[in-house]
Amino acid sequence: MNSTQCYHCGDNCDKSTIVFDEKSFCCNGCKTVYEIFSENDLTCYYDFQSSPGAIPKEIQGKYDFLDQQNIIDKLLEFNDDSTQIVTLYIPHIHCSSCIWILENLHKLNSEISSSQVNFGKKTVRVTYNGNTYSLKETVLLLSSIGYEPYISLDDFKIGEQHINRSIIYKLGIAGFAFGNIMFLSFPEYFQVDGFWIEKYKPLFRWLMFTFSLPVVFYAAQDYFMSAYKGLRSKLLNIDVPIALGIAVLFIRSSIEIIFDFGSGFFDSLTGLVFFLLIGKFFQQKTYAFLSFERDYKSYFPIAVTKITSEGSETPIQVYDIKKGDRLLIRNEELIPVDGILISGNASIDYSFVTGESEHLSKQSGDKLYAGGKQTSGVIEMEALKSVEQSYLTQLWSNDVFNTNKEEAFTTLTNAISKNFTIAVLTIAFVSTIFWLFYDASKAMNVFTAVLIIACPCAIALSAPFTFGNLLRIFGKLKFYIKNANVIEQLASINTIIFDKTGTITSNKKSTAIYEGESLSTSEEILLKNTLRGSNHPLSRTLYDLLDEHNIIILNHFEEHIGKGIEASHNTNTIKIGSASFVGQTQDTPVLNTAVHIKTNDSYKGKFTFYNSYRKGISKLFNHLKEDYDLVILSGDNEGERDNLKKLLPAKTKLIFNQKPDDKLEYIKYHQSEGAKVLMIGDGLNDAGALAQSNVGIALSENVNVFSPACDAILDASKFNRLYAYIKASKSAIKIIKWSFVLSFIYNILGLYFAVTGQLSPVIAAILMPLSSISIVLFTTIFTNILGRQLE
Amino acid sequence: MSVIYILLSISIIIAIGFFIAFIMAVKSGQYDDSYTPSVRMLFEDEIVKKSPKKSKITTKNK
Repeated sequence: MNSTQCYHCGDNCDKSTIVFDEKSFCCNGCKTVYEIFSENDLTCYYDFQSSPGAIPKEIQGKYDFLDQQNIIDKLLEFNDDSTQIVTLYIPHIHCSSCIWILENLHKLNSEISSSQVNFGKKTVRVTYNGNTYSLKETVLLLSSIGYEPYISLDDFKIGEQHINRSIIYKLGIAGFAFGNIMFLSFPEYFQVDGFWIEKYKPLFRWLMFTFSLPVVFYAAQDYFMSAYKGLRSKLLNIDVPIALGIAVLFIRSSIEIIFDFGSGFFDSLTGLVFFLLIGKFFQQKTYAFLSFERDYKSYFPIAVTKITSEGSETPIQVYDIKKGDRLLIRNEELIPVDGILISGNASIDYSFVTGESEHLSKQSGDKLYAGGKQTSGVIEMEALKSVEQSYLTQLWSNDVFNTNKEEAFTTLTNAISKNFTIAVLTIAFVSTIFWLFYDASKAMNVFTAVLIIACPCAIALSAPFTFGNLLRIFGKLKFYIKNANVIEQLASINTIIFDKTGTITSNKKSTAIYEGESLSTSEEILLKNTLRGSNHPLSRTLYDLLDEHNIIILNHFEEHIGKGIEASHNTNTIKIGSASFVGQTQDTPVLNTAVHIKTNDSYKGKFTFYNSYRKGISKLFNHLKEDYDLVILSGDNEGERDNLKKLLPAKTKLIFNQKPDDKLEYIKYHQSEGAKVLMIGDGLNDAGALAQSNVGIALSENVNVFSPACDAILDASKFNRLYAYIKASKSAIKIIKWSFVLSFIYNILGLYFAVTGQLSPVIAAILMPLSSISIVLFTTIFTNILGRQLE
Repeated sequence: MSVIYILLSISIIIAIGFFIAFIMAVKSGQYDDSYTPSVRMLFEDEIVKKSPKKSKITTKNK
């Protein structure tokens, strides 16, 4: 058994090995890329990582639309007389070899002056000479070396995305001011009396005041704005006590230095803002190469081929397609609009769009829906609707895509902050009234002291650091979450809904069960060799599932597209295909795909293809059934019902034939009954359901390729760890609750000082950073322990 | 002790200088991609000698 690996892409060279320059390659494509590299002395590519390449795909005519000037203008980042710059997203970027070769493109073609890779975003920014070289040639060059860019309708977004760096500026200012003010406040802490300190005290105090101005009015402005918004909508969120604390700190400190009552609390003020901003910064973890906001536009191509009335082929932008246009759809291309099939052999893969797992064969005159992928050759179709009006894209006009899920959810922090604010204000007023009777001079002091020391910063820091750390830990485990709110929602769900096709089934391997008379060895050899000659996906799957046999030369081989294959060798003949092709009548309509075998004119049996389910799914469902209601919502037919019943716990609901709208409505209905829903899906047909559910997870075999808008993306290889991830989210909530307890201890300690009128700047300056740092340490240590348990 | 005015002014001016450098560095976009430069700097330089004929001779700096 030959199991050499391709030097370029690492795949097995079983089917055919090509040897070139003493290295083996799995196909001509890989060998060609190697040739390109060795001719240009770029074989260094293979030194950084073994088998870093990808098989270059067939792209005949695919990029003709890049000849059109209006499309070029929309895609280019910069365009002047001689230079053009374009940023392309290349999903295959995954290692240092990729960075190396993409930054050495100028060696492959001297018209390219430079190229720079952004590894996090998986993009390459190519600068080339616009007069002598074109965008299309750049894309073709990249495809020829196995780095085909992914250009979708999404790249047509008008206006450049402005990178928001304001949090870094604010953090910089707060840190800068905090450090300087701390140094400036040391003299008064350490030397209380003395001539020179009396002389220079005002200087230091006014310097501290000046440093704190940009902090209060720029760095902390988010807190003021959010508190104002919260108060306007009668919500006491966590920013209200923070804004109150900052305001009181600033006002009291300014009054103290103006009237020489004391040195003010500027160091605590800036320290508070600094720690809060660190928390906010830490919570923001974005995955630059992923997008959680994708809709159908990132799935559809920019242009397709239109057949004009004269019969010639021109590229046409997908948005320009009108009713009546004739379109040419090639192999592996997407159908952009609803239409009618005119000619060609249509075998459409709708699994991403409707969830049906088997390819549909369509005849001339049948309706074709947008989003399906053509898998067997070239077809011609006539458009019936435009892109926005197609059945699939209509789904995105549903209201659910416009509402913001997060606004409706009260986070734990906000829930606590309401009670916290009320409690603090009560204590402040009560103690002030007490002191008014006892010793009036201390009253104001005590009032402001309580508001200052009752630090909400510990409460405000627990959640960001816990969730921020957990986001990173999950990211390393290939569970990419949009933001911290999602983790909180994940901990509170009680119903889990799964899609079937592509989510609990895997596209990679199918299983086929044979029913019928067993085949003799010579018949099996004939079967295997006949399948070898066919490119039909079912033939290829069946070929891989059968045992190894010798290769024989067939006397006669003929493939009838849409029906089956027939072949003969010596005296044996074989017919493989649909029931009607082999002459077998079907008594009962069969829901599953079946391939019938007839040898020497006698019917032998059939191979029925069943979905192959992901590993570990039974165990996962058994874990989950104790705490959650489980449902399978599938767009496919009922054919798999028995299989699923065997695989899953008894109480799991199995519902089939669900269209995208049905899934959405099902979830909506259950939410109105009080269910908190987690939806796991993978395709465009799940988009509405993912948006409607409390948490929507998109499962993906390859996270670089499109996944619909969701709250989290889970790599398919980690699907069986879902239960552990949900449990970890619940543990994170527990950690936060314990850190709230810790912060209460600090608050009580600080309040003791405040209420008895003993709060001096030194004590405040020690307590606040101490509480913040200990909360951060506490949450970070415990989430790291949690992370280690997960692995 | 009045020298403290001068000392404070100088130190504040230097500190603000560093702060301005920080703002300029962030603005120039250096920190937008913090990962790729770490890989890029490990690539080896190559010495390219162009011979009079069309073929390029490249030797790698090991």
